[in-house]
Amino acid sequence: MMLPPKYIKEIEKYAEKKKLTEKKKQKIIEKIESLYKRFVYDPEEPIGIVTAQSLSEPATQMTMRTYHFAGTAGIQVTLGLPRMIEIFDARKEPKTPTMTIYLKKDYQDIEKVKRVAEEIKEIKMKDIVLSTTIDLTELWIKCKLDTNKMKEYNIDIEKLPKKIRIRGIETKIENNNILKVVYKKDDIRGLYKLKYSLLESHIKGIKGVSQVVVNKEQDEWVISTLGSNLKKVFNIEGIDPTRTTCNNIFEIYDVLGIEAARNTIVEQAKFTMEEQGLDVDIRYIMLLADLMTVDGEIKAIGRYGISGQKTSVLVRASFEETKKHFVNASVKGERDKLKGAIENIMMNQVAPIGTGAFELVGSIPKTKKAEKTKSEKPKKTEKTKSKKAKKAESKKKTKTKKS
Amino acid sequence: MPKHEILSEEEKKELLERLKIQEKQLPKILDSDPVIKKINAKAGDVIKITRNSPTAGKSIYYRLVISK
Repeated sequence: MMLPPKYIKEIEKYAEKKKLTEKKKQKIIEKIESLYKRFVYDPEEPIGIVTAQSLSEPATQMTMRTYHFAGTAGIQVTLGLPRMIEIFDARKEPKTPTMTIYLKKDYQDIEKVKRVAEEIKEIKMKDIVLSTTIDLTELWIKCKLDTNKMKEYNIDIEKLPKKIRIRGIETKIENNNILKVVYKKDDIRGLYKLKYSLLESHIKGIKGVSQVVVNKEQDEWVISTLGSNLKKVFNIEGIDPTRTTCNNIFEIYDVLGIEAARNTIVEQAKFTMEEQGLDVDIRYIMLLADLMTVDGEIKAIGRYGISGQKTSVLVRASFEETKKHFVNASVKGERDKLKGAIENIMMNQVAPIGTGAFELVGSIPKTKKAEKTKSEKPKKTEKTKSKKAKKAESKKKTKTKKS
Repeated sequence: MPKHEILSEEEKKELLERLKIQEKQLPKILDSDPVIKKINAKAGDVIKITRNSPTAGKSIYYRLVISK
């Protein structure tokens, strides 16, 4: 067995620092390798159950001591148990979608960062309007514009009428600070509706991004947002698409693919755990993330995901909705091959876990009788025998490898 | 995002031989995946993924491209 490359690198670093000879270095590697072997799970050890326990014990703790923060500069995100449930249930939209946007090196200037942040933040009509007046007889709406804010947001007043995309209206600028909207239809109720859609209309930025906060994170400017749209952010100049992420796993899956989604699941789950002061080995989270993404799609853990799609009827029934699964299975005429651990425990048989997963494979000792038959038909029997033995052996090996 | 590479036919054969498994036992990746589209992989290809693992430094994972 080989050590993971990370350990070898670390050993080499240490050796270089202490100026060790090649012989001593090799000795260290050997020693660590033997230690490492002791901590590796044995083949067919039921790590799924160990994972479930390692994750759910701290999750139980989490419900009891959820801290709340107040007054920190940043954006309020769902944390703690609700967030864990969100991740492992593979919800399409998190409650608070956020993005963390990193910038390229030549954009590490506060002015430039602010400009990028401005470009991202969604600005609606209501953000730049001071007051509105409605004339019911002439059917128009006048919006008094906040010119200071418009300057701040870098919006050109001349281009404003073109940005409002509502049918059946005519827009005009008066006195350089009033937007007059004339309604073409003769409908008073529609006019009120128009006022709302006018104030909600999108002027600038990325749709859905309601808050933008610029923070300094270890000599680097980072923009965090509330609301996410990765596809559009990637098109903005100056951002670093290799590090920019969001917490919406499905969005990552759509934009960057299944492997990136897996990484996000690991990162987000680890972050949520750590933030609560819980220390779970990352390997368990990685195993869970691998399981969620093994079929190329993100699957939830639970009734509608992994547990509900298992092949064995008995396993599905033992989890949730027992009746439903039995009825459906009997209608379809499903068969249970009793190959998994749970089914065999139910049947009171040796379950394929640990030593139960292996069977003894050995060559049949040559008796005098066998030798006689061998001499009669020497070639055929030998061949078939060895083939069978080989097959059995390879089966055993795959089992070991899989685990 | 980890590095994705398409395995050649020989590499694929060697891999399946080494792990003593069949193609369908590998983890899957959909052909609609953005990365798969980018590297022009087709259904039936095996993708070698080099991950940056926090525990092992680097780890290699394989996925079979399937069409949904």
